[in-house]
Amino acid sequence: MDFTFTPEQDALREQAREFLAANPEPSWAQLAELGWTGVSIAEEDGGAGLTFVEEAVLFEELGRALYRGPYLSTIALTLPALPDDLRAEVASGRTSWTLAFGPLVPDLDTAERVAIVGGDGIFELEGGEREILTTSDESRPLGVVRGGEAGRRLADTTVLIEIEARSQTALALEACGVAQRALEYAIEYASTREQFGKRIGVYQAVSHPLADAYTRLELSRSLALWAAWCVANENPQTWTRPSLAAAAAKSSAAETAVAVCETSIQVLGGIGFTWEHELHRLYKRALGIESFGASGTRLRAEIAAALLNEPEAKVPGSSQVPVSVTEGG
Amino acid sequence: MDLRDTREEAAFRAELRAWLEDNVPDELHGHRGGAARFDGPEMRAWSRALHDAGYVGLTWPEEYGGGGAPYTHQAIFLEEMARAEAPTHIGVIGLGMAGPTIMAHGTEEQKARYLAPILSAEEIWCQGFSEPGAGSDLAGVRTSSRLDDAHFVVDGQKVWSSFAHLADWCILLTRSDPDSTRHAGLTYLIVDMHAPGVEVRPLTQITGEAEFNEIFFTGVRVPAENLLGEIGGGWQVAMTTLLHERGTLGFALQAALEVQVLKLIALARDRGADQLQRDRIAREWIEMEAVRFTNYRSLSALMKTGLPGPEGSISKLVWSEANQRVTKLALEILGPDAALSEGNAPYGGYWQYQQLRSRGNTIEAGTSEVLRSIVAERVLGLPKSR
Repeated sequence: MDFTFTPEQDALREQAREFLAANPEPSWAQLAELGWTGVSIAEEDGGAGLTFVEEAVLFEELGRALYRGPYLSTIALTLPALPDDLRAEVASGRTSWTLAFGPLVPDLDTAERVAIVGGDGIFELEGGEREILTTSDESRPLGVVRGGEAGRRLADTTVLIEIEARSQTALALEACGVAQRALEYAIEYASTREQFGKRIGVYQAVSHPLADAYTRLELSRSLALWAAWCVANENPQTWTRPSLAAAAAKSSAAETAVAVCETSIQVLGGIGFTWEHELHRLYKRALGIESFGASGTRLRAEIAAALLNEPEAKVPGSSQVPVSVTEGG
Repeated sequence: MDLRDTREEAAFRAELRAWLEDNVPDELHGHRGGAARFDGPEMRAWSRALHDAGYVGLTWPEEYGGGGAPYTHQAIFLEEMARAEAPTHIGVIGLGMAGPTIMAHGTEEQKARYLAPILSAEEIWCQGFSEPGAGSDLAGVRTSSRLDDAHFVVDGQKVWSSFAHLADWCILLTRSDPDSTRHAGLTYLIVDMHAPGVEVRPLTQITGEAEFNEIFFTGVRVPAENLLGEIGGGWQVAMTTLLHERGTLGFALQAALEVQVLKLIALARDRGADQLQRDRIAREWIEMEAVRFTNYRSLSALMKTGLPGPEGSISKLVWSEANQRVTKLALEILGPDAALSEGNAPYGGYWQYQQLRSRGNTIEAGTSEVLRSIVAERVLGLPKSR
């Protein structure tokens, strides 16, 4: 048993943090140049042949940096459905994707191509209109697609179980990155801001909620990394565990990120409530993660059914979300 | 990163699992807990059997009778013990606190004398730290020790001492310099609990059981060679003890929580649970898995760097509050039957006892308030409150 990152994975995290600090709005081509778009794509298809654990490192850092672009939609939502030739185009940075899995489609403004679920298959959408909607979280635009036709068949819908686990885990990791950044703002502020003649971090009414924020974050991070390892290593034939782990991770981390941001906003007082400070943008991403896909309540209902071993229980991950486009458009 | 057992870990787990299946006595299976459980001779026999099979002191050096095994084996041991619902070895304080402290600060003579009987359960230990005036603020210790020729003479009172009614030895924190205050002037002694002048009075607690005790010391003569560390250096030695109390417990606590959550799930299957209760059951399962993998992260860091990861400091805090929620949820699922107790209650009163006992979890071994301050100051680096 070894639950630490390798030196290479640590180096990847360091590279990601430095790069995203220097380039807050990187292009898809820049990410491809860094090798990030082909992390888990096979070497013969131009990727690095690594695993979801390395992608996990990136999702956490991209969440922290409030990255705006089609990484989640391409790598977490669509990649498992793509045939090898299209994977190669992702690795090289030629294309990015999003998947119309639910009615609200993420990254529709930046993703080049759109996949749709219809019948028992996942298809490329040809034609159709895209409408970008206004969202609280400006760093992750959502949109709807209308019309169009089902083009090339990409995969069977059996791959959705993997897509659900990957996307829930990726969102959990993003949530950990968001919470980490918010907590750092609060610690920095509580360590310098003085009131009543003392730095406010000495007051336990301030420090204990921050200790709780750290505690919730580390618990959620442990779940997210567990889920990431399961996604990377479990045999898809026995997919129950990654689905349970991913559901646990998303349920926990989304709630944690929202709570940690709220604690941090409170600790920063008036400053935390301003438009100028970054905290509200972290908070809105946390809320966006919580509302994206299955809610915590829904995920816990699925977990409870699995734990209580009810014959009618759906295995987590098997749930189908209504889709906006059917086969044949 | 690889969350699977290595080949060697898998072999150890399989062998241990088979041994537990063959050896846990039926009458001890699923024992409900509480230190009163340790009184019977069958518990000493069980502890001895664990020792003879080589499962006690797995990570202790071989020269002191330990297994010299990596920490992962200890983690596997605790997981499998919980899975088998096997009772723990009776030497809780000796194994978790006194032994590691003696290994860190003891003389060769002390190590040779005290360590082996801890492992074999021939000698039981208790801890004399807290006093009526020194609880969370341990530096307020007033029990005195005065060097008189070849002996320390000890006078004072300790409290909340688990196992003192059974113990042969006590790790005792005393004030040897009457003019000192706070962390200076403290001296750490090994005291014979059978010596003249030692009196133990059991304290009946919220559950009706007497699990811990008051200890009164009146002119107790402790041989000078029973000094652990330096005269006046007791605080540093005590910190070693507390580090081990809080550090090595993580896996045992997670394993205990797993047993509770699995029992809670069985209860919900048995008696039914509504939608809101099901949501809370799922939350507690998630929390239990989160503690497991947080412990794994901390343990992996310990194996690689020699220091446990900072995230390990939250295990006890999280476990104690989770155990309180789980046991209360169980009572809620029991409905009106929750008011019954002992033999009249479902499952022999297991949940009623566990729920009351759990209130001690956020107080013993560092209150939740103290633990939050430790996280705030030592992990987050916030300014110190005192």
